[in-house]
Amino acid sequence: MNRRNFLKKAVGTGVLAGSIGNIGALTDIYAMTSDVKDSEGYDLVAIKGGEPDVMFDRGIASLGGMKRFVKKGDTVVVKPNIGWDKTEEFGANTNPLLVKRIIQHCFEEGARNVYVFDNTCDEWRMCYENSGMKKAVNEVDGKLVPGNDKKFYSDVKVKQGKRLREAMVHERILESDVFINVPVLKSHGSARLTIAMKNLMGVVWDRRYWHRNDLHQCIADFATFRKPDLNVVDCYNVMMRNGPRGVSVKDVKRIKTQLISSDIVAVDTAATKVFGLETDDVPYINIAHDMKVGTKNLDQLNIAKLKI
Amino acid sequence: MQKNGLKKIRVVLSLLFLSAVSILFIDVENKIVENWSGPFLYLQFVPSLLKFIYIAGIGTAGFIFVIILTVIFGRVYCSSICPLGTVQDIVSYISKRFRKAKYKFLRSNNKSRYAILFLVVLLLMVGTNFGLLLLDPFSNFGRVLASFVRPVFVFLNNGLVLALETFDNYSLYPVEIKGFNFVSTIFSAMLLVIVINLSYKYGRLYCNVICPVGSLFGIISKYSFFKVVINKERCNGCGLCESVCKSECIDSQIKHIDVTRCVECFNCLGVCHGRCISYNMSLGEKAGKILSYNGPESRRDFIQKIGISFVSLSGLVKVEKKIDVYVDNKTPVVIKNPISPPGSLSLEHFTDKCTSCHLCITACPTQVLQPSFLHYGFSGILHPMLDYKKSFCNYGCTVCLNVCPTGAITPVQLEDKRLIQIGKAKFIEDNCVVKTQGTDCGACAEHCPTKAVRMVPYQDLRIPEVTGDICIGCGACEYACPSKPWKSIYVDSNIVHATAKKPLEDEIWKEDPKEDFPF
Repeated sequence: MNRRNFLKKAVGTGVLAGSIGNIGALTDIYAMTSDVKDSEGYDLVAIKGGEPDVMFDRGIASLGGMKRFVKKGDTVVVKPNIGWDKTEEFGANTNPLLVKRIIQHCFEEGARNVYVFDNTCDEWRMCYENSGMKKAVNEVDGKLVPGNDKKFYSDVKVKQGKRLREAMVHERILESDVFINVPVLKSHGSARLTIAMKNLMGVVWDRRYWHRNDLHQCIADFATFRKPDLNVVDCYNVMMRNGPRGVSVKDVKRIKTQLISSDIVAVDTAATKVFGLETDDVPYINIAHDMKVGTKNLDQLNIAKLKI
Repeated sequence: MQKNGLKKIRVVLSLLFLSAVSILFIDVENKIVENWSGPFLYLQFVPSLLKFIYIAGIGTAGFIFVIILTVIFGRVYCSSICPLGTVQDIVSYISKRFRKAKYKFLRSNNKSRYAILFLVVLLLMVGTNFGLLLLDPFSNFGRVLASFVRPVFVFLNNGLVLALETFDNYSLYPVEIKGFNFVSTIFSAMLLVIVINLSYKYGRLYCNVICPVGSLFGIISKYSFFKVVINKERCNGCGLCESVCKSECIDSQIKHIDVTRCVECFNCLGVCHGRCISYNMSLGEKAGKILSYNGPESRRDFIQKIGISFVSLSGLVKVEKKIDVYVDNKTPVVIKNPISPPGSLSLEHFTDKCTSCHLCITACPTQVLQPSFLHYGFSGILHPMLDYKKSFCNYGCTVCLNVCPTGAITPVQLEDKRLIQIGKAKFIEDNCVVKTQGTDCGACAEHCPTKAVRMVPYQDLRIPEVTGDICIGCGACEYACPSKPWKSIYVDSNIVHATAKKPLEDEIWKEDPKEDFPF
């Protein structure tokens, strides 16, 4: 029994006091993979030249609409990058307008609940507020939930991991029916780039372990655990240097691009090219490709390229 | 019995001040403290006095109003504004329910009280506020709230958060408490035991023997315009007033009130059947005179004692401020000073002004501020310091600068705070994951807000490099560093805070977005 189900029972039976501690049973969950097939035949959609919400509307439509991913009554977890106490124009966090639009699409398909969180780097309340995420999520009745406490995380095994064999993962990732990963493309001092796979570092508790034990291998390892059902890469305002935190708005280039795919390796590869680099510059992409998490061979994929 | 409107006013005021101060310390989500600590703490005597010495102005002149109040009305401060006083009154109120014993006149312990006051002033003059740190009623009250009361509210808040969560409601924030400070807790517990014990049995004895603010106002109140006085002609010496006097300063046998100890609680006014005790303008009466039992001999004795205790104490307060913290196998011992909050100017200014009330500690959103032990030396015990094992100082935050009531942390604009260098990052390559493990890491550079720490090529990897003059010492790198058992990057304290250079801003990224898709 996980923490939240326990909690519900505990409240029901009036023993709330006992539940305040950390109830993190070792949940052994096998890698859950998406079985979504591309009805339109597209593996990846790239959109260019519009506002974040408009680009998403166009992009998701060409993938067959959100209904392919979200069914009536589903609970959805949306994982943007909200890691930094920075405002929108710095490109340090995912564009709130995009997250808002994704939530709206989920509700339109009858989602029961849409949860949004990040295990932030800066103080979490400041990140949630100043990134504009809190306002955006609340406006469309999504639930911005905390990720700042170990008690929200449960131990899991990463069966296919080479260096990362165990991790503590946020309960919303473990419990939700649909997982939508919404990273922002940015330069990154150590990982070179942060995109979709790197964004998953924000769903685990102990990031220091990754940094100590071959960062690139750990990033690829964790991508085998729970592949997001959908990855939406925000390349609207792109931090071209000094990432992932950035120093000034001068580091930011307005590229006005968006990439959508269920293949996390493909979407990272495409984003790398948008940034102007190749996968050889970003070691974890090659590792993940070799581990068959997805493919970096974009020429084998059916890619929709839309301009607005 | 007569109507006792004055007492009612006193009770209402005291509860108002108690609530205002308590709210600041308890404020679980830190929504009130930053904007309201100024007005709510305006009249707290010691913080206001200390702040005034640094920044004189109407905004810090609260203590002058308090002195004026005392000159006019006597020690009303002690009964309505001082939160620790109100706590004692509450304890006394409860004790009335359980104890049959009544208050009885107690001779003034002038030696002790003025010796303590003298010592505190002397210590201030030689440049340490160690006496105030130990004895300031506001700071003591703050520490008690921070150690015992706030955690209870945090616990309740978190319980409520969990309850709401089951209904899918996330309107409240869970609050994490990072660490439990043993020394601070013991300290506050001891004080609490002393205060509760004394007030349970003897009313305001603490205020009239130990508290230096009480003693100072005792002296001033001798000359107050208004005093509680007994009409000797009408008084029949029944002793009712004496039995309700929390300060135990009414001697009904000789029909005299020791006004230096009277805290203007007005309990006596209501009980007198003959209406012969009243609160009046009485400029003429020389108070305290009748109680000078001990004569000049004891004065010499008392000065001697102060002298001895000062000499013995001065040995202690001069403890070096340097201590060893960071020891590594590969690197020689690194001497490290505590890191004081941005805005505190220097360790010297900070230890001179801070009375360890812990308001900044309770208000700090990242909880990087923690009570120290001997890091600032013995006389700086319990001063807040930045603890980068717990957290780091948020680049966009100025909360501690804005809440500090004593001027130990001086307020500046966010723009300026971002350039205050409280220390400098030092990199120990031999400890770094990139060197020891031969893999990429970069957690430090990732967290650095100014890019004082950035990654540079190292074999086929990247390793951190520190640019000292743009580093502000926020500790984000140290906190994030994953190497074990020792950190590979740490902040070396600036004894005197410096101004960092502005972060390097490169040219605007010029390259135009490509028209086409690169795949």
